Amino acid sequence: MTKNRIEQHPVLPIVGKEEVSFYWNKEKLFAKKDEIISSALFANGIKVFGHNHKDDSARGIFCANGQCAKCTVIANGIPVKACMVEVQENMFIERVEGLPTLPDVEGQAQISDIENIETDVLIIGGGPAGLSASIQLNENKIKTILIDDKNKLGGKLVLQTHKFFGSVEDSYAGMRGMDIGSMLADEVKQSEYVEVWRSSTALYVFNDKKVGILKDGVYKLVTPKIILNAAGAREKFLRFKGNSLSGVYGAGAFQTLVNRDLVKPSENLFIIGGGNVGIIAGYHALQAGINVVGLAEAAPKCGGYKVHEDKLTRLGVPIYTSHSIVSANGSDSVKSVTIAKVDENFNIIEGTEKTYECDTVLIAVGLESVAEFTDEAKSAGIKVFAAGDASEIAEASSAMFNGKIAGIKIVKEFLPEAKEIPEAWYTKADILKSHPGELQEIETSTLEEGIFPVLHCKQEIPCNPCSTVCPEGAIFMDGDPIKGLPKYSKGCEGCLKCLTICPGLAITLVDFRKDKENPTVFLPYEVYNYSIQKGDKATCVDVDGNELGFFEVLGAKATKDSDRTQIVRIKASKEVAKKIVGFKIQTKKVSEQLFEKIPHDHIQDNEVICLCEGVTAGEIRELVRTGATDMNQIKAVTRAGMGPCGYKTCENLIKQIFFAEKIAQEDMVLNIRRPLYVEVPLGKFANGGQ
Amino acid sequence: MKTFDVIIIGAGSVGVPTALSLAQKKLKVLVIDSLASPGQGQNKKAIGGIRATHSDKGKIATSLKSIEIFSTWKEVYGDDIGWIANGYSFPAYSEKDEKMLKDLMKVQKSFNLNIKWLSKEEYLEIVPGINQENLRGSTYSPDDGSASPLLAINAFYFKSLEFGAQYKFNEQVLSIDTSKSDEIKIKTDKGEYSANKVINAAGIYAKEIGKMAGFDIPVIPDSHEGAITEPVQRFFGPMVVDLRPCEDPATEDSANYYFYQNNEGQVIFCITPKNLIYGTNSESTSVFLPQVAKRMVSLFPKLVNLKVRRTWRGQYPMSPDGFPLVGAHKGNPNFISAVGMCGQGYMLGPGLGELLSRIVTEQLTAEDHDVLNNFDLERDFSSVEKFK
Repeated sequence: MTKNRIEQHPVLPIVGKEEVSFYWNKEKLFAKKDEIISSALFANGIKVFGHNHKDDSARGIFCANGQCAKCTVIANGIPVKACMVEVQENMFIERVEGLPTLPDVEGQAQISDIENIETDVLIIGGGPAGLSASIQLNENKIKTILIDDKNKLGGKLVLQTHKFFGSVEDSYAGMRGMDIGSMLADEVKQSEYVEVWRSSTALYVFNDKKVGILKDGVYKLVTPKIILNAAGAREKFLRFKGNSLSGVYGAGAFQTLVNRDLVKPSENLFIIGGGNVGIIAGYHALQAGINVVGLAEAAPKCGGYKVHEDKLTRLGVPIYTSHSIVSANGSDSVKSVTIAKVDENFNIIEGTEKTYECDTVLIAVGLESVAEFTDEAKSAGIKVFAAGDASEIAEASSAMFNGKIAGIKIVKEFLPEAKEIPEAWYTKADILKSHPGELQEIETSTLEEGIFPVLHCKQEIPCNPCSTVCPEGAIFMDGDPIKGLPKYSKGCEGCLKCLTICPGLAITLVDFRKDKENPTVFLPYEVYNYSIQKGDKATCVDVDGNELGFFEVLGAKATKDSDRTQIVRIKASKEVAKKIVGFKIQTKKVSEQLFEKIPHDHIQDNEVICLCEGVTAGEIRELVRTGATDMNQIKAVTRAGMGPCGYKTCENLIKQIFFAEKIAQEDMVLNIRRPLYVEVPLGKFANGGQ
Repeated sequence: MKTFDVIIIGAGSVGVPTALSLAQKKLKVLVIDSLASPGQGQNKKAIGGIRATHSDKGKIATSLKSIEIFSTWKEVYGDDIGWIANGYSFPAYSEKDEKMLKDLMKVQKSFNLNIKWLSKEEYLEIVPGINQENLRGSTYSPDDGSASPLLAINAFYFKSLEFGAQYKFNEQVLSIDTSKSDEIKIKTDKGEYSANKVINAAGIYAKEIGKMAGFDIPVIPDSHEGAITEPVQRFFGPMVVDLRPCEDPATEDSANYYFYQNNEGQVIFCITPKNLIYGTNSESTSVFLPQVAKRMVSLFPKLVNLKVRRTWRGQYPMSPDGFPLVGAHKGNPNFISAVGMCGQGYMLGPGLGELLSRIVTEQLTAEDHDVLNNFDLERDFSSVEKFK
């Protein structure tokens, strides 16, 4: 039956769900009840949903977020986005080759008026920022509508299986993102003054101060006094040969498939981009039992947290810094990826190309704010605030904190006498969104007796739960109380709380009490679908992934307090015990270079800029060279940006071409954004369900 | 100061094809526009319909010339501007409308236009699925058609560059000095230019430009919103124009609306509000989609599943009687206006471009004089266009 499902996971519960049958081009297949079409197809190993009417590139998953239309299929005769529609029993789903056919309908269309609703505050986005703001508004009895386009609140927190950075006091550090999401969502769902609209997408903030919202399939017009844009961010895309192949998509889409829908979309994954998003996606892949062939980062070092990066390195994933993608290879779907070294100007150094077999290339090269609702509200003359990634790209811990600040700011608009925001909060907000610092050398402890933690944390990041969780007060932050480096003083009783709370999995405990020559090393481990148990031997590694030896496992289990993190005990020699941070699970074979020549039909010459309309870099470059520096003209001539996603993907890529062609910043004219945020069937505007 | 034979103010529906016609006649032409590239004003807001089936000699003759240029562009110059001869249709759902349309057809036929009356059954063949209740038949003019305004204006623009036309984008005209009648000086925020003749093709800003030159031009912009859908396989033929007014307190009353499926397979539509909204505000309103959607899906139920992709708001530069204002000003024959296109600048543009080039070069034909008579700048504005 369905083969590409995640059957076990160290963190996510695998809930047995009723199966329903559906048809894919007449073939009977099975999906989980209420499963999204695209995930049901992926679970059945179907990754190509048809072909684009413009350039015949494979249709399939790209955003998994309802933003583009690359996943369009015909469901019961109607063209729909597969990533947004649930499978129904006996649904007849067909691939789309070229343009779909609009089905005939029986009888008259339903017509009714659209409901108009007034509210004090409209929050767009129920992620960490929106939820945190909602809590403040509810506490102050401000009538609020919170909308989110998913059917579960929490935003991207829902997809985060790892423990979070930040501070315990301000952002629940040490809890898993998904659990923080549920906790905030539960609080908001029970609130008296905040009405939650799930599966509700904001389409536009119109000039007459009304916000068009498709609420669970019914169009509504909401007139708010104040808007909070907490709509998050979108992923940037990259220009390279073969970027329109099936199997090239964003890290967000991947996390949705894996962590929300428990689908295994890939066997062998390659990641482009070494920021936190790319690194975490790699970690999530390993948790889901997917091989991570490698990760390439164009800069000389990864931009993500070092402790995050170390997790991948320790488990055996090679990270290629100063490397960029040359091409994704394959005729319809990805079969391999070619990367190469880049110079200091990020130009490919010829002759350094390396090719690796993989079926998926994840693009994780940064995020950009979904700023349009802010701009639209301003233009309409509605007071607007922004929080979280919609305001500035940062970690979710920062989004929670500045969402809370935004919530109080809005409260003060209605209740000027409400409490002031302490000045210190702004400082804290800045700390929570700060970028990682330089790597620092840390001294190795000289202790060889008792039990004590070893803190393999070499970089200032906004994260301090180890210092707040220790009941003995034995760990302190050297420098800033949130982003300083944690240091051990003395007094460890071996409770393991620091080890299990550390989001970076960067704390081990070394116990010399029983055996001075071969102390026991306690390691955190949460990829245990690669199971490890007593009696196994593990290839232990240091913080950078260097092998230290092959040591015996004394035991491995999660405890009541460890929140699904296993604690693995290893008997190691005293010479290396304090250096051990983890052990390898992925073999070198996974990451071996391919030396066979890539078949000619597997190399796509085109770098596609506009995936929707199949517009190549060459077409745009040629136009730019005739003097076109107005994206609106480029759109008019090439159709780049005219597709369903509405230049959400190509705008950045066109900017890159402008930069490469040395167009002055002041000469670049960006696209004018127009409604709608996502495509909506015409019938929805004619029938308000009243 | 740079000197030109002709300066055109406005790189839009009228200005760009006019620049092409003049450059083809080897005149030294400059086009000035305050926006960043051609057609960024109202041209790109046009839905792309092109018809000759108007009710007056001027627009009919001009549009026939335009259709010739649009329909043969690919053949002559090679680039595809999305032309399809999909025709126009005005279905009738009442005896009154049927009579009005049939009466108008008599006038149109007198100008040798290819327009006919289709029975209900014949009409259902070209627009299968349209509401049959009370449908009495429809006009059908198969020689009318559509093309992409975006592709067309850029094709005209690049062709005009080849013939030597020059453009100044992102430049705002600040003043026009007409004190010397054969050397008109134009000052912009970036420079000064002079020309023997100046053409005001400033669309919705025609009045302001006219004022700078000392002329009162009665053009007032009013708003219309339009939208485009996802592309699907072709499912109907012609432009469908529903002339009926509609009262709807929930969305505000509206006049006619119209839609067609373009060469890409996308449906483009637009509606005329009953109470016109004056001014140049181009920010979308929440009224448009519910207002037009209710009417479209009632007329053509199949449209319920067609996804709307993008909407926009533009303006019709309206003249008092709904007909264009074209010609040399009596006070200074070297200052020419081609304005007040009332939402038809795109379809009239290429034809007007040739006409304007003959005004400039003083090569007007007898027919041109007839046409210009209809577009006279100083005519009596009391009669009103019935067939907008």
